[in-house]
Amino acid sequence: MLNEIVYLIRAFLRTSGALTLFFLRLLRYSPTVLFKRFPLVVQQVHNAGTLSLVIIMTCGFFVGGVLGLQGVSNLARFNAEDSVGTLTALSLLKELGPVITALLFAGRAGTALASEIGLMKATDQLAAMEMMATNPVRRVLVPRFLGGVISMPMLTAVFNVVGLLGAHVVAVGLLQVDAGAFWQQLQGNVASGDVYEGIIKSFVFGIVASLLAVWEGYNAIPTAEGVGRATTRAVVRTAIAVLILDFMITAVAI
Amino acid sequence: MQQTRSVELGAGLFAVLGFAALFFLATQTTLSENFSGKETFEVQARFQNVGSLKARAPVSMSGVTIGRVRSVEFDPEQLTAVVHFVIDSRYNQIPDDSDASILTSGLLGSQYLGLQAGGSDTYLEEGSEVQFTQSAVVIENLISKYLFNSGREENEQ
Repeated sequence: MLNEIVYLIRAFLRTSGALTLFFLRLLRYSPTVLFKRFPLVVQQVHNAGTLSLVIIMTCGFFVGGVLGLQGVSNLARFNAEDSVGTLTALSLLKELGPVITALLFAGRAGTALASEIGLMKATDQLAAMEMMATNPVRRVLVPRFLGGVISMPMLTAVFNVVGLLGAHVVAVGLLQVDAGAFWQQLQGNVASGDVYEGIIKSFVFGIVASLLAVWEGYNAIPTAEGVGRATTRAVVRTAIAVLILDFMITAVAI
Repeated sequence: MQQTRSVELGAGLFAVLGFAALFFLATQTTLSENFSGKETFEVQARFQNVGSLKARAPVSMSGVTIGRVRSVEFDPEQLTAVVHFVIDSRYNQIPDDSDASILTSGLLGSQYLGLQAGGSDTYLEEGSEVQFTQSAVVIENLISKYLFNSGREENEQ
């Protein structure tokens, strides 16, 4: 029993240590890749960002819409329907925007990254690169990592704007809240600190989601089953990490 | 080649959209000095209690927003709260004996500064001070007053 606990703790420490070293390695190559191999990064921004736009915008619209619906119907009990603008904006900008975008990003882009890299490993493509004196970390992992880190804040911003639009359509269009009151309440009660908090969160979540996806893919057991498992783990671990980090950043920010 | 170009186009489109969204969030969701572009003049007023009045709250007269609160400070010498607010200089004919009170919009709404016109022939201008002010209604005071009064009535009976 004691041995098992000691073994678990050691395994955990080893994994976190390896993850940290891996992260530092990615960071070390990041500037070179960003400036010298920029087309590779552009390719990955396209994969992680542009191709995620549809799901992000659809989900953002409906999340904003449901906030508008819930907000109006519940605030109506206190005759405060006008505050729905504040409610939606603060929930979207500070919490739902970064978190839901990160979860969707893990599902849409993180899985693709993990399985792609895992399959590259399973089919010995990474080993072949090393044989050709190409560093696979620099050629394959870092551009994918950077693509994710660059895409996440922008996806979050798009999510937030489309969400506000959705709330506006529902609250003003369907439920007859006054458009002026909606925006005045929104602008009057959202401070620039709230906006920055959301942007910082989305940036951190972008790093975490991309790092975990790339890491799981790179460390996948090179079999069909191993790649599948790595893909699952990338999503699960990202979700857990994002939610815990969200709590921690909020605690610090408040 | 064709494929690379479409990838670059897609990524560029995404970047433009992303930055546009960031810009929108940074500028449109917060109210940064609505009256800064216009000509304004600054007036101050002293209150015993400002309640939860905050900077950027609207200043309104007859229900129309004519200015904005710039800052709320405490004056340690006179032991009162000092509210500095700016008024759009279009409204330069507000009598200087107008009275200012702190009001609440709706039951749960935010507080704003309401001006009630007076009858003087001289007008408010840059640097002048509103003399007649009425503090914010603090709900605890109302409740304690009510409780105190009802208790006294029972004693008298």
